[in-house]
Amino acid sequence: MFAYLVKRVFQAIAVMFVISLIAFAIQGNLGDPLRELVGQSVSEEVRQQLRDELGLNDSFLKQYLRFAGNALQGDLGTSYFFKEPALDVIMKKLPATLELVLGATIIIIGLSIPLGVYTAIKPDTILSRVIMGLSIVGISIPVFLTAILMIFVFSVTYGWFPSFGRGDVVHVWGYWETNFATADGWMHIILPSIALASIMLPLFVRLIRAEMMEVLQSEYVKYAVAKGIRPWRIYFVHALKNTLLPVITVGGVQIGTMVAYTILTETVFQWPGMGFMFLEAVNRVDTPLIVAYLIVVGFIFVVTNTIVDLIYGLVNPTVNLARMGA
Amino acid sequence: MSLLSVRDLTVKFAMRDETVTALNGISFDVAKGERLGIVGESGAGKSITGFSLMNLISRPGYVDRGEILFDGEDVVKMSDKRLRELRGDKMAMIFQDPMVTLNPVLTIGQQMIETLLAHRKLSREEARQIAIVKLREVYIPSPEERLDQYPHELSGGMRQRIIIAIALLLDPQLIIADEPTTALDVTIQADIMELLLELCQSNKVGLILITHDLGVVSQMTERTLVMYAGRIIEAGRTREIINDPQHPYTQGLINALPQQTLPGQKLRQIPGNMPSLTNIPPGCPFNPRCEYATDLCRTRLPEIAQYGQVQVACHEVQRLQAEGERQEQKA
Repeated sequence: MFAYLVKRVFQAIAVMFVISLIAFAIQGNLGDPLRELVGQSVSEEVRQQLRDELGLNDSFLKQYLRFAGNALQGDLGTSYFFKEPALDVIMKKLPATLELVLGATIIIIGLSIPLGVYTAIKPDTILSRVIMGLSIVGISIPVFLTAILMIFVFSVTYGWFPSFGRGDVVHVWGYWETNFATADGWMHIILPSIALASIMLPLFVRLIRAEMMEVLQSEYVKYAVAKGIRPWRIYFVHALKNTLLPVITVGGVQIGTMVAYTILTETVFQWPGMGFMFLEAVNRVDTPLIVAYLIVVGFIFVVTNTIVDLIYGLVNPTVNLARMGA
Repeated sequence: MSLLSVRDLTVKFAMRDETVTALNGISFDVAKGERLGIVGESGAGKSITGFSLMNLISRPGYVDRGEILFDGEDVVKMSDKRLRELRGDKMAMIFQDPMVTLNPVLTIGQQMIETLLAHRKLSREEARQIAIVKLREVYIPSPEERLDQYPHELSGGMRQRIIIAIALLLDPQLIIADEPTTALDVTIQADIMELLLELCQSNKVGLILITHDLGVVSQMTERTLVMYAGRIIEAGRTREIINDPQHPYTQGLINALPQQTLPGQKLRQIPGNMPSLTNIPPGCPFNPRCEYATDLCRTRLPEIAQYGQVQVACHEVQRLQAEGERQEQKA
């Protein structure tokens, strides 16, 4: 187990190295940061002097090593716009995004398993056909459109839900303020969570359905029937456990992808998370913030995938974590 | 009264273009504690017979007509609840390939205990004790430890022993074993068969052994059915069928056994292949491969009828018998 963990951590470090290299390479191609930093009246000599001070005239390698060295100490540069460490800016926005992703994940897990199992067990019922039809619609409609439609229907037309912002949040710890402590916070997070879940949920319903149908054809399910096991136990113990193995693997990747999808959802709902922040940073050519965002998102990706792999090993008895490390 | 009585059982499969008849009006009986062998080539309908006895035929297959009386109750007409109570309790099944029969994510113990709890009001601990006893009966070393292991940690032979133990868990009246050793190593095939025979005899359990191995049938069973293209073509006491087969197909099967050939001689095989179920020839389904086929065989289906000690479905059985005797006299 420990050896496997060490191996996974080394892999994660290698991935982070590549991500940092790519993120940093982007930096040099996003236009001249001086243009954003100083006004038009500043003379060329002063500009050159500032470039030297900021280290923008050094070689790529030298700049990268300086960047990587700072990054390892938790310094991802200073945002041009906020005049604050970029990591601090992101950390302030991170809880909002993570809560949004959490909300969407709860919706996805809570609905995809029952819907996927139902459509696999009873594929010919009208309800199953409706669910499968809606899932195609869900996959096909882009998140921003779903979000706008939901605002139009539930906020503008009926006024059931607020259309933007986080509402009343309660401070928990550090930068973390939560939506889940007040009724107003709950009302604010529901629509954005549904919008964010709208692409992944149908995908998971279809994935679980397909896997489940295959598992239901297996010999061991037939054998369980021949042993006289009760149907619910066959579906939810014999079949679902085997169904979820591949779903967990895909799920880990998708949680990371969802963090990226928050850019659209947060923009439409004016959600003060890091996706919304990222879009603003792009508009302002706030290069250090953009780079820091990419690295943080990459980091979240790598961490979730590593955790998911470990969980997979715990769930699947045929994967022996202790032996895999050796 | 016999324990199991199958009458005119016909199973069809609704395929995209046509409906295929996989079992065509088969009838047979199994008495309490009797061991019956079902033999035939692949595709003869042996496994479908086995599965339909427990009403385990799933779509697109269905029982078209006929009845399967188990203890006087028709399995075909049973409610789902009654079927569930029957399966695993009064009738147990041993599947072909032990490598894929057990659920890979559940321990041996879970899979044994759940079977007991599905049919009996027992505590987990009581069920566990019964499981240990049954594992001992099939000669599994240190059964307490095996209960906490997953199937992939055990060999194929070990798994098939466990599956036999599961079949015996609830002291069933009948065990259906569908080629229980074909997926196993040759060296352990005999062990498993011996174990199965021993347990059936000591527990007085009826056995339906589905196999293509006539050698196994002769050692394990008291009566035998020979199947061809979804029909029974010969039935009777195993000894008679092995020693004096009447149907040309059964004769062919027995002649094809390697033991029937001298070393260096070419193995005798039945020419041709079993017809596919979508394309069964008119008349006797065996006629294209039969050296004795006449015009009658090519046009009319022979009914199964008593002939001497056995039942045979062949028009020419009398002529064959006479010829056989003539040859014997010559020799």
